[in-house]
Amino acid sequence: MKLKLVFFANFRELLDCAGENIEIKAGATVSDVCHQLAQKDGSWQAIFLNPSQSVKVAVNQQMSELNQTLLDGDEVAFFPPVTGG
Amino acid sequence: MSRVPDKKITISAQALELDALNGLAHANQGETGAVVTFTGAVRATEEDNGLTGMTLEHYPGMTETQLAQILDDAARRWRLNRMIVVHRVGFLQPGEPIVFVATCSLHRKEAFAAAEFIMDYLKQKATFWKKEHFGSRAHWVEAKASDAEAAERW
Repeated sequence: MKLKLVFFANFRELLDCAGENIEIKAGATVSDVCHQLAQKDGSWQAIFLNPSQSVKVAVNQQMSELNQTLLDGDEVAFFPPVTGG
Repeated sequence: MSRVPDKKITISAQALELDALNGLAHANQGETGAVVTFTGAVRATEEDNGLTGMTLEHYPGMTETQLAQILDDAARRWRLNRMIVVHRVGFLQPGEPIVFVATCSLHRKEAFAAAEFIMDYLKQKATFWKKEHFGSRAHWVEAKASDAEAAERW
């Protein structure tokens, strides 16, 4: 299935990537996405291999968790804790 | 109060027009007895170590949805006539307003509480990120535990 990934703030800068489309097996979870992204080098590995509490995730623009099961076409966002206001 | 409160949510790359926002906050046919407004601005005191500006980024779409959810939550907790939240994005100079919140109610306690609640939740939940600039250097602001604690008390 296809997913749309988006990255914000220092993740976007560290990865030098605002977003990308990926292919992943049907029934994959957010954790599976992290595992797939961690196969890439450098910052990808640093952020997505064993993602810490400071890796926040939203699925279709709702806050979510690593064990969330994804569906074809989902938008999955990764970002650090928010600092607005 | 059974009526649904007026809600205004704006995320703006333009400077906040505080006079116009204050005018809107204070528009009143007698239904409101208390208006609370809060404005947060870019601080550049000595403690901020030569801050020259700030860039605010957000997650378009998700941020608006979250702010709407926060205002709905406030409307369930207090009797409010009107709520306004306006938040800047883009590059801001020291002293420029970042966020404007207004709450309108019959009585001051509800307006005060709702304004504080909206700011505490916004800081903890809304998908905005700040990058501080110090001349040619810049870094992303890290989330503070005190902001999480402020949101947890509601």
